[in-house]
Amino acid sequence: MYDAIVIGGGPAGATAAIYLQRFKKRTLLIMKDSGALGKTAHIDNYYGFEETITGPELLERGIAQARRLGVEIINDEVLHIDNLEHFTVKTINGTYDGKSVLLATGKSQANLKAKGFNDFIGKGISYCAICDGFIYRNKRIGIVGNKEFMEEELEILKDFSQDILVFTDGMDLEVDVDKPVIKEKITEIKGDDTVNKIIVGDKTFDVDVLFIAIGSPSASDFALRMGAFLDENKYIVVNDEYMTNIPGLFAAGDSIGGLLQIVKATSDGAHAAISMHRYAKSA
Amino acid sequence: MPIKVTTETFKTEVLESEVPVIVDFWAQWCRPCLMLAPVLEELEADLEGKVKIAKVNVDEEGYLANQFRISSIPTVLLFENGKLKNQVIGLMRKEDLKRRLGL
Repeated sequence: MYDAIVIGGGPAGATAAIYLQRFKKRTLLIMKDSGALGKTAHIDNYYGFEETITGPELLERGIAQARRLGVEIINDEVLHIDNLEHFTVKTINGTYDGKSVLLATGKSQANLKAKGFNDFIGKGISYCAICDGFIYRNKRIGIVGNKEFMEEELEILKDFSQDILVFTDGMDLEVDVDKPVIKEKITEIKGDDTVNKIIVGDKTFDVDVLFIAIGSPSASDFALRMGAFLDENKYIVVNDEYMTNIPGLFAAGDSIGGLLQIVKATSDGAHAAISMHRYAKSA
Repeated sequence: MPIKVTTETFKTEVLESEVPVIVDFWAQWCRPCLMLAPVLEELEADLEGKVKIAKVNVDEEGYLANQFRISSIPTVLLFENGKLKNQVIGLMRKEDLKRRLGL
């Protein structure tokens, strides 16, 4: 059992892990890729770098620093988090138990560019199979996605209906599925009050719902499934202690909104770690 | 305290209610729904008798869920004088819910 599991290896996650490790908490950091920072070419507004530094380099240094201080770091993708008595984090390759979890995976919510998409969110477009799957028992289900996250959601949906179509929306399918796959880009989503048609080029597919599970789950996807509050912009809501409404679940960095800058993310990470340290004492 | 509403009692409890009614469509297996429950209870306490909270379990009341085209839960409907006045989908904080319902 880890004292703390940090999800995300950017400035918020790495800083939190460094602080937690220095508080002598047994800390696991799970990271998938280099996130938003990895795409930043020059950083000229962050304290202490006389010469400019690239995003990937700063990120690498942060991770190397965390590793030097004893943080256990794995490269893996988190698919699901359970919270019963403690937290169980399921990744593609394993399962990890922790007393607290920090979500620090940045801001990225997968959306479709298809016409009509925004009009049907909550009206036949769903972000959560475990929340809404039951409503579509024996109905025609569509799911968009291309990786393990989609596979995970698809498995849940199979309990409710066998009539399922998988849409990859032009992305490469990276997992095997036993349902029909439509690989072209979705052009339009149509319906009356709720979704009833998916248009792909000149083809029309009749569905009653479209589940979204594109790419990898984001911090807000985890938060949604666990019952943490999101604000209207899908940012995770935390209190002054950086804790969500779920005891032991913390969030930091871009996933909670505000200034989307490294300096704010590292500050979040430090604050969250201090709160998690305090939480571990009281729990 | 929130009351449980069924297909049979919907008319008397919701449509014929003297005060506005917030109807919460929920299910036991839906984590966000479980987290919304205390939010609604607090809202009811804050509004001291000015609204009533009614809960519809979509597992048991498929007819009602269908009738109101519930496609995602939690969904919260606000009824006033027998008419549907507002609809809000998803878990949110009390202040956000209050504002979105127009209360």
